[in-house]
Amino acid sequence: MSIQVRNLTHIYGKGQPDSQLALENINFDIYDEEIVGIIGHTGSGKSTLLQHLNGLLKPEEGTIVVGNDEITAPNFPMRNIRKKVGLVFQYPEYQLFEETVALDIAFGPKNLGMPEDEIWDRIKEVLEMVDLDYDEVADKSPFELSGGQKRRVAIAGVLAMKPQVLILDEPTAGLDPKAHKSILEMIQRVHEKEKNIIIFVSHNMEDIANLSDKVMVMDCGKLVMVGTPKEIFAQRDRLNQIGLNVPPAADLIYKLKDAGIPMADGVVSMEEAEEELYNYLRKK
Amino acid sequence: MADIIRIENLTFEYPSTEEAGSKKALENINLNIEQGTFTAIIGKNGSGKSTLAKNLNGLLLPSGGRILVKEWDTADDEHIWDIRQTAGMVFQNPDNQLISSIVEDDVAFGPENLGIEPSEIRRRVDSALEAVNMSKFSKKAPHLLSGGQKQRIAIAGVVAMRPECIIFDEPTAMLDPKGREEIMTIIKQLNKEGITAVLITHFMDEAVLADRVVIINEGSILLDGTPEYVFAQEDILKSANMDLPLAVEMSNRLRRRGIDIPKGIVTVEEMVEFICQYK
Amino acid sequence: MIRDITLGQYYAAESVVHRVDPRVKIIATLLFIAELFIVDDFKGFILCGGAMALAVAASKVPLGFIMRGLKPILFILMFTFVLNIFMIDGHILVKLWFIKITKEGLLTAAFMAIRLILLIIGSSLLTFTTKPIILTDGIEKLLAPLKAFKVPTHEIAMMMSIALRFIPTLIEETDKIMKAQQARGADFESGNIMQRAKALIPILVPLFISAFQIAQDLAMAMEARCYRGGTGRTRMHAMKLMRRDYFVAIGLVLLLGLVILERIYL
Repeated sequence: MSIQVRNLTHIYGKGQPDSQLALENINFDIYDEEIVGIIGHTGSGKSTLLQHLNGLLKPEEGTIVVGNDEITAPNFPMRNIRKKVGLVFQYPEYQLFEETVALDIAFGPKNLGMPEDEIWDRIKEVLEMVDLDYDEVADKSPFELSGGQKRRVAIAGVLAMKPQVLILDEPTAGLDPKAHKSILEMIQRVHEKEKNIIIFVSHNMEDIANLSDKVMVMDCGKLVMVGTPKEIFAQRDRLNQIGLNVPPAADLIYKLKDAGIPMADGVVSMEEAEEELYNYLRKK
Repeated sequence: MADIIRIENLTFEYPSTEEAGSKKALENINLNIEQGTFTAIIGKNGSGKSTLAKNLNGLLLPSGGRILVKEWDTADDEHIWDIRQTAGMVFQNPDNQLISSIVEDDVAFGPENLGIEPSEIRRRVDSALEAVNMSKFSKKAPHLLSGGQKQRIAIAGVVAMRPECIIFDEPTAMLDPKGREEIMTIIKQLNKEGITAVLITHFMDEAVLADRVVIINEGSILLDGTPEYVFAQEDILKSANMDLPLAVEMSNRLRRRGIDIPKGIVTVEEMVEFICQYK
Repeated sequence: MIRDITLGQYYAAESVVHRVDPRVKIIATLLFIAELFIVDDFKGFILCGGAMALAVAASKVPLGFIMRGLKPILFILMFTFVLNIFMIDGHILVKLWFIKITKEGLLTAAFMAIRLILLIIGSSLLTFTTKPIILTDGIEKLLAPLKAFKVPTHEIAMMMSIALRFIPTLIEETDKIMKAQQARGADFESGNIMQRAKALIPILVPLFISAFQIAQDLAMAMEARCYRGGTGRTRMHAMKLMRRDYFVAIGLVLLLGLVILERIYL
């Protein structure tokens, strides 16, 4: 399973005086089982890109191939895209509507025509994946749950569709540190279990560094950088220019470098920064 | 300086529902906020921090104990508008607190409610928009602005009421890093100009900017003091499942490995300064 | 994009017409409509049309923009025109099989069409040149005397302006929820009426919840900003009648007089 995006261009409000070039000639590949982090400030085109991967938006130009299917082909059936690519929007708890958690999770699989008994097995499976207890929550109204739990139910609703590609738009937005951590752990657990491609958008550079195999940087509708977290976060000045930052631990090391302290390049994580500082301070 | 807010033995219970029964959201809180200070109140979701915030200007009323804003009791109907004018409030969701479809009319909403002269409202609106650096958006429609910009308008709307204190109830929770930074800069600026700031948040790196940090856990005050003091209490914080600010966490790690780092380093700037002069 | 929808179709420009007091504009529009119905021949329309041409020219709203406003009523216009042509008996001009066109029919049709066009342009000029929020203020002030009869005029105006503020927000919200459910395989475009109605539930439930949340948050935000109803409230934009407002008022009364004279004597 892989994804190839070629020459993708999208224009909002084409032909109108206020039309806007939202995506400009985007090219990239994502390979089997990769976790890809996308960064870029608000309005850089991240959400527009995600909606293309799931067929919610159609490109002006260019092609998207998921597995063996060109999903941008004129008559490609939408249902087949949705089966392959699951998209979890920002603040997805707003999409809950059913009477019980189980019924809400069943909504997606039912739409895709999954057989009834398989759906019920799947509900159990995905609730476990998002770390919720089936017996406790399945028959509850989703509106009785806490904010963090609601979000996990919403994500479970997309997971239930068995997507080979899971896309999450800012999955931790607005959560407190504890709920934030549990969503990150959940993403890793899902990845281990499903062996799927995961694409996620985040403003939290530490999460991007910890989770991603590959980082894509967007600015003004263009894909401006692609690389491993190490490669990307080694370019602080370039990131700063487009209004982005490096993870906090890396930021500390950069600030020391700015102050004239000799520090190694390529420090990203807390542990690496600790090593670097320990080695420096010990020698003094 | 005098205390602008005094909280005495505050207990708060939400009205009971059939299944859940009544639950104490806050229990026996005692806290005084001194005029002109910048206090951060931190806690997890459900810790009671937002309930506390809404008690401070009479949007919720105590079930037990009392709260005084200046000399007025929040339970005293007669002075409720004086209290709300003195202690303004900025909420979490930038969309759901703007009332008008034109930015400057929204900023004027508070002063209009106070019955202020039109020409004076005009002056206040202009200077409030200036204070949050949004003057050139005065005729725009709020729904066309970014989250950070909307939140700045919300702050301007409170500033135009000339409050002595502003309570910020998780103003950055729904913003991106750029928006968060803008809002934090404005809060610090307003505080410098003399407005007492109370910031409710769950971001540790915002709390380190305050003069005083209060940690709320399960409806009670867990820790209260300067950031240096509070963040040095590693064990208590960890037991309450709270994160540490980066500089504190890093100092702790290095200390464990035998590097002598003094207590009291809480911001990245302080850490850099310390390492630069380390011999 | 869906978020660009603006209600009331305001056309931003700096003109005398834009600056005229909203109360005067509302009354002017009502008077103008009345005049259109007082007029009973084409000569009267010359007066009304002339006055309106003057107003349109002064408003700086481009003619094309105004004409576009007529598009939605084109069908009604055609329909009444055709109906009038065929239904009125009189001096026959053309006769085709059972269809006959009479001179009277043609004249009445033209008369009605002109009246309708003037009516639409006249009233849309009000929304083109007045921001919805200012229009609401104007309505509130004009309705003020009704307060004596316990009509909650301030509350009505406040509700209207809050609705104006939140229409774009709710449209955006709807768009967001629709996309999220589509991503879960929801299909809003196929099936019979029952199926389509049922497909709306996953949109309507979240939308209602969201609207209630907004209402709750907004009520709290308004209270925190000392909102306590209309009494004792002042306004930043104090409405004051200027000299130009009196000119407009005098002009309108003159026009009314002329129209009445025309009807009686010409």
